[in-house]
Amino acid sequence: MKVGIVCPYTWEVPGGVQAHIRDLAEALIEDGHEVSVIAPAADDAELPAYVTSAGRAVPVPYNGSVARLAFGFLSANRVRKWIREGGFDVLHVHEPAVPSLGVLACWVAKGPIVATFHASYERSRAMSVAAPMLQSALEKITGRIAVSDAARKTLVEHLGGDAVLIPNGVTVRRYAEGEPLPGWGPDGNVIGFLGRMDEPRKGLPVLLEAFAMLAAERPALRLLVAGPGDADDVLGRVPKPYRDRVGLLGMVSEADKVRAYHSVDVFCAPNLGGESFGIVLTEAMSAGAPILASDIPAFRRVLGEGQAGALFATGDPAALAREAARLLDDPGRRAKLSDEARQAVWKYDWSTVAREVVRVYETVAHAEAGVVEDALP
Amino acid sequence: MTSTLITVVAVALVAVVLFAVYVSWRAGRLDRLHIRLETAQAALDAALLRRAAVCLELAGSRILDPATSLVLAAAAHEARTAGPDEREHAESDLSRALRVVADQERFRERLAEHPTGEALLEELDTAVAKVVYSRRFYNNAAAVTRTAQRRWLARALHLAGHTDPPRFFDIDDEPPEALMAA
Repeated sequence: MKVGIVCPYTWEVPGGVQAHIRDLAEALIEDGHEVSVIAPAADDAELPAYVTSAGRAVPVPYNGSVARLAFGFLSANRVRKWIREGGFDVLHVHEPAVPSLGVLACWVAKGPIVATFHASYERSRAMSVAAPMLQSALEKITGRIAVSDAARKTLVEHLGGDAVLIPNGVTVRRYAEGEPLPGWGPDGNVIGFLGRMDEPRKGLPVLLEAFAMLAAERPALRLLVAGPGDADDVLGRVPKPYRDRVGLLGMVSEADKVRAYHSVDVFCAPNLGGESFGIVLTEAMSAGAPILASDIPAFRRVLGEGQAGALFATGDPAALAREAARLLDDPGRRAKLSDEARQAVWKYDWSTVAREVVRVYETVAHAEAGVVEDALP
Repeated sequence: MTSTLITVVAVALVAVVLFAVYVSWRAGRLDRLHIRLETAQAALDAALLRRAAVCLELAGSRILDPATSLVLAAAAHEARTAGPDEREHAESDLSRALRVVADQERFRERLAEHPTGEALLEELDTAVAKVVYSRRFYNNAAAVTRTAQRRWLARALHLAGHTDPPRFFDIDDEPPEALMAA
């Protein structure tokens, strides 16, 4: 099949949606499909052969934070050209409710269109006013996929209609093996975090507060943090005597990310919500890291109701500290959680997931001719 | 002896009367300043609401692509519904979103091509300019009022009553270049 995939966020900036698209595209290519991805990218970004740049994304305040998005007539024209030249059997847009390339692609194309919804939110202040504006573009979507129950619920509540549930995949073998980073664990004393440090919903402040509680009683305890954000801002939240026990790796390469998962005794995902799936969790599971995650519905599901990872009351530093202490003191339980996680994660492997996605493509594609440019709306 | 006493009493009386006149003049000035402040605040409020409304109208007009419309509508909606504590932040965000939207290549031209675009553009120009003006006037009024309230006499005699000193309204209201060119 000839598949055109639309990514709304800047390709070279690490993120759940970008990683999802990369892995899906590569799994599809491996399965013999022809794939082209269009994504915003910096002019000098190095892109894989299957990615076409739609130009730079611009930072703009959106839904309570500053997002980098690609919109406007110029971006729309680039997507139009890509569709005209692509001759796709199916167009697969991601996050079409985000004001970026996804909705633009729906706007300028017609034919079999599949859309994947990633984000979940309790209530989008933006969506309530915007739904009518998106309507005509979103009505062209024939098949809808949600990556989690939460994402599906969000979709149903904000846009109406339903979607099939196909969770995110993980390339298990990419994470399975890794050399620990020098100077870190696993030695029974390392807690790890991965994600944007300055994104409050990722919950790093909760972990930092818990770390301060634990560090007082555990002189060997260290915290390994990987992800972009302001280092001074993070260290400012840690009491002075413990600061030299916090390692900030900043934004890490894919290879170092794998090594980071293998360098911790407890991998912590303290997210406060808004996480549609927790790709980070399945990566950590593939690496066999013992996991401690906040008890949000998506995490609870991925972790098999707590079988494949421990859960703590969301946003509660004391609960996090208590659970982390139990795990750090119990190597047997950590080993068991690690084994369970490695087992449980296989059903999220991309090879399985991509096959599900192809079934959706086939369902919408066989009835129609292919994807063509829509005349100016 | 008596004449000296009479003189002293007379001088004291005159002083008291003069002081009373002065105090009432100061109180009257403070009162006028408060009224000016309230008027300026109402004007600022109206200008901000108007700007959000025009942005929403532009977003809903289908002249722009749906992604741009969504960015603009979201920011305008945030600004319009923000509580008092979030308002400065939300209005600044709207200014920033509007800059990104309006500073797209050929924004004016594309809008002008549309039958209703010209009128919307005109409204947007006006709305954006009025936010800048009304905020400046309000902050001027707030500054003068604050100074007057802080005078020792005003404080000693509670001339301002129990009103808090007026807050400045600090936002980023830099207009888009495309609109300033008009």
